[in-house]
Amino acid sequence: MANEPVSSKRLLQGNEAIVEGALAAGCRFFAGYPITPASEISELMSIRLPQLNGTFIQMEDEIASLGAVVGASLAGTKSMTATSGPGFSLMQENLGFACITEVPCVIVNVMRGGPSTGLPTSPSQGDVMQARWGTHGDHPIIVLAVSTVADCFDITIHAFNLSEKYRVPVILLSDEMVAHTRESFKHPSTEVIEVVDRITPTMPPEWYIPYEDNSRGVPPMAPMGTGYRHHVTGLIHDPKGFPTQRPRDIEDFIKRQYRKITNGFYEIQMTKSFLIDDAELAVIAYGSVARSAKRAVLQARQLGIKAGLLQLVTLFPFPKNRVDRLLRQCRGVLIPEMNFGQISREIKRVNLSDCQVKKYNRLDGQMITPAEIYKELTRM
Amino acid sequence: MKGDMTELRHTYLRHDKKFPHVWCPGCGNGIVLGSLIRAVAGLGLQKDDIVLASGIGCSGRLPAYVDFNTLHTTHGRALTFATGIKLAKPELTVLTVMGDGDAIAIGGNHFIHAARRNLDLTAIIINNNIYGMTGGQYSPTTPYGSNATTSSYGHIEQAFSIAELAVTAGASFVARGTVYHVNLLDRLIEKGVRKRGFSVIEILSNCHIQYGRRNRMGDPVTMLKYFKDHAVTVEKAQDMTAAELEDRFTIGVLTDVDKPDYIKEYQKIRDRACKSKRC
Repeated sequence: MANEPVSSKRLLQGNEAIVEGALAAGCRFFAGYPITPASEISELMSIRLPQLNGTFIQMEDEIASLGAVVGASLAGTKSMTATSGPGFSLMQENLGFACITEVPCVIVNVMRGGPSTGLPTSPSQGDVMQARWGTHGDHPIIVLAVSTVADCFDITIHAFNLSEKYRVPVILLSDEMVAHTRESFKHPSTEVIEVVDRITPTMPPEWYIPYEDNSRGVPPMAPMGTGYRHHVTGLIHDPKGFPTQRPRDIEDFIKRQYRKITNGFYEIQMTKSFLIDDAELAVIAYGSVARSAKRAVLQARQLGIKAGLLQLVTLFPFPKNRVDRLLRQCRGVLIPEMNFGQISREIKRVNLSDCQVKKYNRLDGQMITPAEIYKELTRM
Repeated sequence: MKGDMTELRHTYLRHDKKFPHVWCPGCGNGIVLGSLIRAVAGLGLQKDDIVLASGIGCSGRLPAYVDFNTLHTTHGRALTFATGIKLAKPELTVLTVMGDGDAIAIGGNHFIHAARRNLDLTAIIINNNIYGMTGGQYSPTTPYGSNATTSSYGHIEQAFSIAELAVTAGASFVARGTVYHVNLLDRLIEKGVRKRGFSVIEILSNCHIQYGRRNRMGDPVTMLKYFKDHAVTVEKAQDMTAAELEDRFTIGVLTDVDKPDYIKEYQKIRDRACKSKRC
């Protein structure tokens, strides 16, 4: 594949496209643990990474997988892991570590029904709030959702770029349906792919203060073994990286974490609009449900209903500006989700207009069909 | 090269990290820290090329004092982070320091798999038979019948023997030392770091505050004397009967074997992958 013409058309499943996206973004380390429906990502990584002088390792569990991913990233290598709900639960501990130490990495969660062993392996969107709040303590996080094979490639690259730029772990939510759907995919030529790398220090090592604030709130990150010896700890630390109990340092630290994401909010907030401009009714959806919604919107238009679709690519930080604009414009929005209403709750939270916010949920492991969404739209 | 200790302190300890350290007076962790920097000096390693990772607990605070690339990770997970670092940058010398609860209870799974995998890491495990930092709860190495804050009526579980566990799990190099036998400890750490493959150095240490006090083992000096009186070198133990060895423990190198090193093996995978794809 390395020598193939890059623009060739291929039939890929979502999981495979995530691998190709990650490699295009510069990922050269993957650690994972087998779990359906994410295993194809591990399998393909084990084939592709050694071809590119990268490293794949299958660890003893998901805790270890994310530990190794954070370790490799600290050594300067772009790293990723992939799992599903049960494994994602195990990763929450080291996810918090990646947050507090500001280590870039990408965590793919191919969602299946939960809680616990749950529904192997039917699609679900039940992990949205876990992705936001799964690890303990106040922390900002970036959560992105994919809905097509093309998305899996593009959004994985975005995930790496945001992770590198803001020094945060980025969670990429896929679901069983996106993961295993095969679609025709055209790999863009490498020249058009924008790849962002973390900023490394340029000052002499003795001047380097590893967690010193700057205008962006993102300190340069020195890979281990390059002369910039410093301490990295999961304890709240001062700008030098050493544990601190000083209230001022603690508050500065936590606030900087939030500030760097707030500063970049307009770049991080990604949505896709479809027939939105004149819409009176809108569907807000993400993941595989957005595909059904698109079809339903087209059907409604044929009947003369002015419907539109806002697809959320960024789930967190919640894209409240785009959603807010739509809520002011429409008389009603429908939020179909394969969970009990995790994003609809966010939408109700930001709704300041008299727009009707209606949720539609499926919890039985079955996909939400275009017909169901269409039917709900006609009732609004 | 032993060198002058003051000089070694100036070379290897951090100037911007304020002492005193967090450990109780008389704690064995300081002795381990001393041995570690003497071993590193003996090996002639550059500070930039060393990574020292730890988990959580009293031992977890050790890396903050040394002027290497240091990493204080989550509880029990030091070896997983070390694995990622070593795989991403094999030219670095990657060491971990852990406690008994850290390495063998919450990190037990990572420990046995790191030993089996044989990646070139060094695991220094300070075994003081107790969870010290959290207030003296029983650990996987707390002896049967001991008192801990969670076994006030006597401990009913059997203890793990860390070094023997490491041998069984497949580590290339396994040694046991104590904080009393300091010269031996310097040599064991040096050998462990030099070994290409996964190496384990279990260090018996005193926690007179949380363990000794509750079990009437006396002050730090008395506890060190216990190590002196009950330790038998591996060589000497070979000529002793089981009865003579009862209530004693062996110190020295338990295992030193050559096994395929993970980094070299993975390079073979890369070569095979490239051949199949002509990359």
